[in-house]
Amino acid sequence: MLQVSIYRYNPETDSAPYMQEYQLDTQGRDLMVLNVLEMLKAEDTTLAFRRSCREGVCGSDGMNMNGKNGLACITSLSDVVKDNKLVLRPLPGLPVVRDLVVDMGLFYKQYERIQPYLQNDEPAPAIERLQSPEDRDKLDGLYECILCACCSTSCPSFWWNPDKFVGPAGLLQSYRFLADSRDTATRERLSELEDPFSVFRCRGIMNCVAVCPKGLNPTRAIGKIRDMLLANAT
Amino acid sequence: MSNMRTLSFDAIIIGGGGSGLRAALELAKSGKKTAVLSKVFPTRSHTVSAQGGITCAIASADPNDDWRWHMYDTVKGGDYITDQDAAEYMCSEGPKAVFELEHMGLPFSRFDNGRIYQRPFGGQSKNFGEGGQAARTCAAADRTGHALLHTLYQNNLKNNTTFLNEWFAVDLVKNANGDVVGCIAMCIETGEVVHVKSKATVMATGGAGRIYASTTNALINTGDGIGMALRAGFPMQDMEMWQFHPTGIYGAGVLVTEGCRGEGGYLVNKDGERFMERYAPNAKDLAGRDVVARSMVMEILEGRGCGEKGDHVFLKLDHLGEEVLNKRLPGISELSKIFAHADPVKAPIPVVPTCHYMMGGIPTNVHGQAIMQDADGNDRIVNGLFACGEAACVSVHGANRLGGNSLLDLVVFGRAAGMFIESALNEGIDYLDASESDVEAAMKRMTRWNESTGGESVAALKTELQSIMQNSFGVFRQEDHMQEGVKKLADLRGRIGEAHLVDKSGAFNTARVEALELDNLMEVAEATAIAALERKESRGAHSRYDYPDRDDANWLKHSMYFPTEKRVGKRDVNFKPKTVDTFEPKVRTY
Repeated sequence: MLQVSIYRYNPETDSAPYMQEYQLDTQGRDLMVLNVLEMLKAEDTTLAFRRSCREGVCGSDGMNMNGKNGLACITSLSDVVKDNKLVLRPLPGLPVVRDLVVDMGLFYKQYERIQPYLQNDEPAPAIERLQSPEDRDKLDGLYECILCACCSTSCPSFWWNPDKFVGPAGLLQSYRFLADSRDTATRERLSELEDPFSVFRCRGIMNCVAVCPKGLNPTRAIGKIRDMLLANAT
Repeated sequence: MSNMRTLSFDAIIIGGGGSGLRAALELAKSGKKTAVLSKVFPTRSHTVSAQGGITCAIASADPNDDWRWHMYDTVKGGDYITDQDAAEYMCSEGPKAVFELEHMGLPFSRFDNGRIYQRPFGGQSKNFGEGGQAARTCAAADRTGHALLHTLYQNNLKNNTTFLNEWFAVDLVKNANGDVVGCIAMCIETGEVVHVKSKATVMATGGAGRIYASTTNALINTGDGIGMALRAGFPMQDMEMWQFHPTGIYGAGVLVTEGCRGEGGYLVNKDGERFMERYAPNAKDLAGRDVVARSMVMEILEGRGCGEKGDHVFLKLDHLGEEVLNKRLPGISELSKIFAHADPVKAPIPVVPTCHYMMGGIPTNVHGQAIMQDADGNDRIVNGLFACGEAACVSVHGANRLGGNSLLDLVVFGRAAGMFIESALNEGIDYLDASESDVEAAMKRMTRWNESTGGESVAALKTELQSIMQNSFGVFRQEDHMQEGVKKLADLRGRIGEAHLVDKSGAFNTARVEALELDNLMEVAEATAIAALERKESRGAHSRYDYPDRDDANWLKHSMYFPTEKRVGKRDVNFKPKTVDTFEPKVRTY
């Protein structure tokens, strides 16, 4: 029997959050954590969590599993379970709406802040804008972000200043556009990030890199933005 | 009802996937009061899972490529019940829509000359089937859907689209004349139920693959728009046409793109034989999806399946080399390792045909206007109701969709619906307001669940529904199994009508959402089952043991399912494209 301990909080009935214990017979199968949650929910329908694609591309089911952020749908029990125990908590640092569902508002706000769309002030050609394969390669490792928030909610700097530090996810996207040969708003983008908080609150702790379920490296992208800001300043 | 809050819009778009976001973008630019209402944050929509690409004659891989060749492939792929005016519109407008996506920032892969990378996909030809395999699918590695959906969301942010994220649309509100004038919707975070008034209601709710036990579809694909339209009494078209994708990962159902075969991968049976050479000597592994899926099932049924149970086949990719796999198919390699414990660089991926796409849906014209039939069987526009994307049946996919045509459908017809609604709003739309009893009618099922005090559980009923559909309406079908399935579904409908919602709380109550989704799955399943039983022929994805041949004399038609009488009628297929000659039905071989 797998021992599953899950963070529970229903704002309508609970004065404080608590951990609820469940037991599940996995019949020896190496299930994904999301499978475990679905099986428990079939019995206890009050358990709330987000999920959609169940294959690690939509970013709905980011949560904290035995102390580490990740996606429940692509994390197998053999990846996380220790001593037959699985502890599931909401992503840290964001307000809890209910159980494992967090309010992602601040996270999305920081994403929107970096103007996450291509800006090009020249008239569009009749066909596509050309881009060399080498220039396109520069977007690899950046555009694949799924906005699951595993990185930003594992970042102490983001916990401390979620309103002022853009956070690893937002900055990775910022660099995705800074690095795009088709984007002409480099100067404006950088000037929005010059203050002491937006970028420079990153302390290189690299929790973001450790948890990213897509294997992306926000710390590296932040380093590149720093370089651009410093080059811009001199 | 009087204490219910009302929100008013010029247009409400239900669904935040590719087609919904493309329609919304058009309307946001127009300055009309528009909102996208989505049960998930938009980038969690199922478009994100599309892998291989968007098929379109942008003449990059082949400078002589021609949208008419793409149209020919689409009509043939659909086994000739593709509406030719719609296919003409999609294929000819396609390049414009794809270039727009690129201008918006979609990070397409590139050829050395800087143009968009295109790969071969199934059912593609040059020169109307005479010039060999074409390479017409524009790709961003194997994450094209993700790149497309994020790009569209980003551009909606840029244009200040209003989003009602994590809101669930419950049912349509009709006025006394039968016009659609809005919907009832629930904010999932708080549980608040509101009346949304709108002059145009766009169903961009996607597919419903979750009616089957084994599907590539996301857990959210429960056919909510189809359910709403059926409960409102509107007909559905070609609901028997469900695509089974040849390469779902065995056991998990997760998709691996047809692009794997486009890049040179192929299927083998337990003897290591490349069996598609026998079934489709020319196109081989790049025949239409229906053809490949049936061939795989034949191999399995004839004892040449792989694995201990002999119930799947292998997709071989190792000969492509690590570099191609990393560059062109990185997402597949990741999925295969996670869900099949197979690294495609070294080992083949176990695959099996898996429910993937709903060709049928709400019948519409090329402007996205929903269509019903009058008593004489003539088309009539449904005032106020629009549909685009997988929820709609325009029909560009006919009896079988070609790979890469779904993403094109989303952007071309999302855009078309947006443009049409903008001009209709400019001309002025004025429908009678809904009365209090009209609104109450749309609240009926929500009230039913909220007042339930006993009955079976939602999860168990859903599992039963999925198993009925899997067993009786799969790749191959036959009368007696389907009749039994229809009977079981009728029984199930009664039991779902008495099922129990245990948790009545308001805040982020996903149990209520799943209960409301179950009603929609039931509607889609029954429409599928009854239409499948009625179409007594084999065409495209609808393949019957008892009627193995295509019957053009009786069934070169769309099926129309009328929910009120649970009756199946027919509707003419369009054979009148505006600028090219009609593609006459031919025997379909690959």
